[in-house]
Formats: sequence, structure tokens, C-alpha cells
Amino acid sequence: MNRLWTIMRKEIFHIWRDPRTLAMIVVLPALLLLLLGFGISFEQQSVKMAVADFSKTDASRRLIEKFTASNDFIYQYDVLDEEALIDLINQDLVDVGILIPENYDRDLLSGTQANIPIYIDGSMQPTDALTIQLKLNSITSIVAQDILIQKVQKSGLATSIEMPVSGILRTLYNPNGDSKLYMIPGLIAILLQIQTLILSALAIVREREQGTMEQLIVTPVRSWELMLGKILPYLIVCIFNLFALLWLSQLFFGVTVAGNLGVLIGLSIFFMLGSLGMGVLISTISQSQMQAMYILMFVVLVPAIILSGLMFSRENMPPFTYWFSELLPVTQYLEITRGIMVRGVEASSLFLSSTLPLIVLSIGYFVASFLVFRKRI
Amino acid sequence: MNAVEVSHLSRKFKDFSAVKDVSFYIPQGEIFGLLGPNGAGKTTTIRMLCGITLPSSGSATVLGFDVNRNPDEIKSRIGYMSQKFSLYNDLTPVENLSFYASIYGVPSKERAERVKELIKMADLTGQGRQLTRNLSGAWRQRLALACAIVHRPAMIFLDEPTAGVDPVSRREFWDLIYNLASQGVSVLATTHYMDEAEYCNTIGMMYEGQLVALASPETLKNNTPGLLVQLECDRPGEALDLISHHPDILNASIHGALVHLTLKDSSAELPLQEYLTRAGISIRGWDIIQPSLEDVFLRMVSEQLSTTESEAEIIRSVA
Repeated sequence: MNRLWTIMRKEIFHIWRDPRTLAMIVVLPALLLLLLGFGISFEQQSVKMAVADFSKTDASRRLIEKFTASNDFIYQYDVLDEEALIDLINQDLVDVGILIPENYDRDLLSGTQANIPIYIDGSMQPTDALTIQLKLNSITSIVAQDILIQKVQKSGLATSIEMPVSGILRTLYNPNGDSKLYMIPGLIAILLQIQTLILSALAIVREREQGTMEQLIVTPVRSWELMLGKILPYLIVCIFNLFALLWLSQLFFGVTVAGNLGVLIGLSIFFMLGSLGMGVLISTISQSQMQAMYILMFVVLVPAIILSGLMFSRENMPPFTYWFSELLPVTQYLEITRGIMVRGVEASSLFLSSTLPLIVLSIGYFVASFLVFRKRI
Repeated sequence: MNAVEVSHLSRKFKDFSAVKDVSFYIPQGEIFGLLGPNGAGKTTTIRMLCGITLPSSGSATVLGFDVNRNPDEIKSRIGYMSQKFSLYNDLTPVENLSFYASIYGVPSKERAERVKELIKMADLTGQGRQLTRNLSGAWRQRLALACAIVHRPAMIFLDEPTAGVDPVSRREFWDLIYNLASQGVSVLATTHYMDEAEYCNTIGMMYEGQLVALASPETLKNNTPGLLVQLECDRPGEALDLISHHPDILNASIHGALVHLTLKDSSAELPLQEYLTRAGISIRGWDIIQPSLEDVFLRMVSEQLSTTESEAEIIRSVA
């Protein structure tokens, strides 16, 4: 026990005596949260639109108005032909091009269906393209509805008609569709993942490169004392990081913890211990700092960022990818931060899907790292 | 009781035999020097004795404890200093000493007193509070030794303890080692420096994993067959090329501007001098000298090489 404290104190000295590294450990995750928080979590801004209006009638202007009135679309360019329309899309100056044919007005009056070609830039992010399509569809159907209702009223069949079906939307949690609320808890999970892994992986490789590991293993120190003594100071650093990140989320993004803070912190500590253990595991099985960095980046961090569900939904992943991401504790932890911070759910309602896997994985990685550490040392 | 007893110790790393069938012992209070080129198996031998590498076969005891069965008992009773002077550069000398004192379980009441004593021994008085990275090589070396003996071990292992330290400091360092040995501490040290080996009571020479010689420095020097001649001439390089394959020469090597020749016996002296003069080398000096350990070592290695070569020839001729 005495030796454990001795090693912890030495490790704290290492952190404390190196002000530049200390500053990086403390400040960088916070800065990254701000940078990425503002960077990723923008709202779907207005879609830039170009129109080629061959009809040039009241009806066609009313149609354009419907689009611009919603603030979803900005009428950016007015062009003369289809070619110019597609040109603008190619140059990435607009996302959508609408072509109103010359006989639009006539078709409306005569009752034939008026076809309006609409061009969308499909090379943008698929979810964005999908959103724009949905918006376009709903606006065109509203326009069609209005025209139908007018026609029916004019024809005298009914003085007032109501739409037979109307869906009433009630968004639970995050009613304004604020993507910050979705992204920030995920970012916190990813930042803590990066922090824990790098700290523990490099702390052990450094000791080996200095040659002091060689000196330590000739002493009567036990491997559990050595491993815990090195990990616990970093756990304290990461808990500090967690509080800083939660505070900044509230201050800059207005994202608060809707659920139980104590439960969030408790599960975070499990996650951190598992990840610190994973870092120890990586640095024990690698022979150099180079190898450690490679395993760190290619096996854990990049998959963690892409596959954990931070940016892309995991629902449609093929089985192999899905199960690989399941084995990353950060995938589970991300569900938990989102669940507790956004939805304010109890940990028990996530128990089978996330809480239990997180605890099992964390303990698993920690024990595995200890066993490998003891054997290799 | 001997501090170290090693019998038929071997260690293999996959197909490579780092240490082959090594046996020796170190009486208590003696300084044992392990000599040999890089890769000779010195460090592997030390690691096995410290209980951090398991032997593949053979046995060894350190302070009466078996390296296979009681490595923990050994670890708490020995001191170890590696060639890198593994200290924490961002801690002060006092903190380094206190750290190892605590790791080795020196009672906290005695710790401050012991640290003060060692700071004095390492001549670090007044330097105790600055960071270790700012100390010069010689100071770091003495501090590393102080860390290794903070718990008053009965046996210390020094793996190339003087690598990269100036000659004066090396001397001072060996004075410290002598002092420890006079207090009954047994020492096993490896070194590249032949002059240091002369400080040892017993020398083991290792080459390619084997112990090729084991004796006191005097015995090693006196038992070398042949006659050692120090030749001073105008073109030493050319002379060496000319003479190294002469049948009367057992070994020849360059020492600075001089050539050391080991002759079969004294009857070869005159013919060789004539041979060199005929070849146009003007001989300025021809002295019969007492071999240094370096000569002994080079001779051992070349003997070892010629045996392996002749063995290989036999194998080839049989095939």
C-alpha cells in the first residue's frame, strides 16, 4: 500500500513538473470540445437555390415564393436555361435547381398535371440530401394541396374543406432539433476516450524508454502496485477533464445533464478505468512508442470516432462492423452520455443495451491489461 | 556461504543461445568482473541472477536464494544499477533516493537519515534539490549507485556502470565500489574497460554466450602462452598485414601507434625482425612486455574464433 502511494506520488510529480504537458492535458480537450462543438453542431442552414423560370407568370412567382417563404431555401440565382442551372450545381454554388416550364400556368388552368423538374446535388452528405428532398417534397405537395383546395372551392362542391388526415408531431427531448444536444454528449465521450488512451499508453512506454522500467522491475515492487500507481493519477486527471467538459457544455452550448449526475460520473469512472487499462494493454504488447501509436490510432481511436455512433447511425452497419463497434467501450459510453444528458433516463433503462456491456467491457479490458502487464514485465 | 553460485546456467531466446552452460561463484565481499564484447551474454546473465529473466536450464543461487523459486526474496536483498543510470530526470536527487528507499521498504523513520548519508557518499551535497537532468554524467552515475544501495543490499549488480564517464570519475567510482566491498558487500560488475577489470578479485570472460576464461587478473595474464612483444615501427598498419598470418605469430593487434605481437616463443624473435626489415619496415623498438587484460582478451577471442572455424572446416570436409 505504501509502495502504491509512492508510485502515485512520483507519477503526480511527473505530471506536475512538466508544465507544458500539464497544460496540454488540461486545456486541449476543452479547446477541442469548443472547436468541434461549434464546428459539427451547426443547424441545417438554408439551402441555396437557383431557378430557371420559363413561365414568368403570377402562378410561377407564387410557386417560388412558397419555397423562399419557409427560410429553408434562399433564392440565390436566376438563370435562363437548364444548362446554366446544372452549371451552378457543378460549381457548387447552389444545392438545388428548379426549372419551371413555359406552360406551367396553362397546365394549372387546364387541369393537366404540371411537371416541375427539380435538380439536387447528390454528391453532398446523404442525410443532407435526404433532408432537402423531404423539404422539397413537402413544399411541392403543399403547393399542390392549395391549388386543389382552391379548385374545389371555386367549383362550388364545398365552401370549406379540411384535410382528412393530419399528423400531429410531438418531439420528445430536444424539441427544436438542436444538433448540439445530440453532438456534445458524444464529443465528451470521444474526447475522454482519446485522453485516457494516450495518457496511459505513453506513460508506460516513456518509463520503458527512459530505462527506469528496467530499474523498477528489479525492485520488490508488485505489478499491481506499479500498474495502479501509474493509472490512478491519470484517472484523477480524466475526472477533472469530465467536470471541465460538462461545465463548458453548459456554458457555451447550454447543454446540461438532464439525468442523474452521480450515475453519469460513476459510469464514467468505469469507462475511464477500462480505457486506461486498454492503453496499458496497448503499450505492453507494443515494442516501441511507434507501434503503440499505430495500434492506438488505427485499432481504437479512428474506429471509435467513426463507428461509435458519434456522427453516423450504427443501425445499418454490416454485422462485422457492428460487432466491432460493440466491443469498443466508447460505443456503450456514448449511448450512456446521450441517454443521461439528453433524455435524462435512468441507467437502469439502458441497463441491458449499454450499462451492462460498458461495465463488462471495462472490467474485461482492465483485467486483461493487468494480466498481460504482469506477464510481460 | 558464497554470495552467488551459478552452475550450468543457460538461456535461449527462440533459436538463439544468449548464455550457454555458464558456471562460476562469487565469495562474499568479493568483486567479480564479467568481461566481453557486446552481445556476449553478460546482461542476460545479470538479468537471470536478478530474478527478472528465467534460465532455460541450469541453476543459480543469489544470497542463498534460488533464482527460479525465490526471485522476490532476491529482489529485495540486491541492488541493481543498469548502464543507462535509470533515474527520473524530472525528480531531484533527494526525491529519486526517497522514491527507491520507499519502494525497497526502508522504514520511514530511517529514510531521511539514509538519504542524507547517500547524498554525502555520492558527493552531491548542495545538489540535492536541483533536477536530476541538470546533473553531469559522473554525478548521475554516483546517484544511480546510491539509489541501488539505498536499502543496504548484501549484493550489488552493476551492468556497465561506467559507460560514458570520464577516466577520473571512473576511478572515483571504483573507489566507492572498493569501499562497499570492504564492508562485506559482494559485487558483480560488467565492463568494456579492461583497466577496470584489474580492480576485480576474479574475472570471467564471456564470448558468444560462453564463459571462455575464469581466473584472477594475475593468473589470466601469467598463464597466457607465448611471448608478448610491443613493436614500434614506421608503418604499423602495413606491418600488421605482413605479419598477422606468419606461422610464428599467435596473435597480432594494433594498440595506438604500436603493434602487439604474441610470438610462439623467443626463438622466433630474430627471424621475425629480419622478415620485417626485408619487407622495408624500419623497426624502432622491440620490447617484451607483460600482457594487459586487453591482450589476454583479444587472444582468447581469436582462439575461440579459430576453433569455431576449424570446427566448421571439419563439418564441411565430412560433408
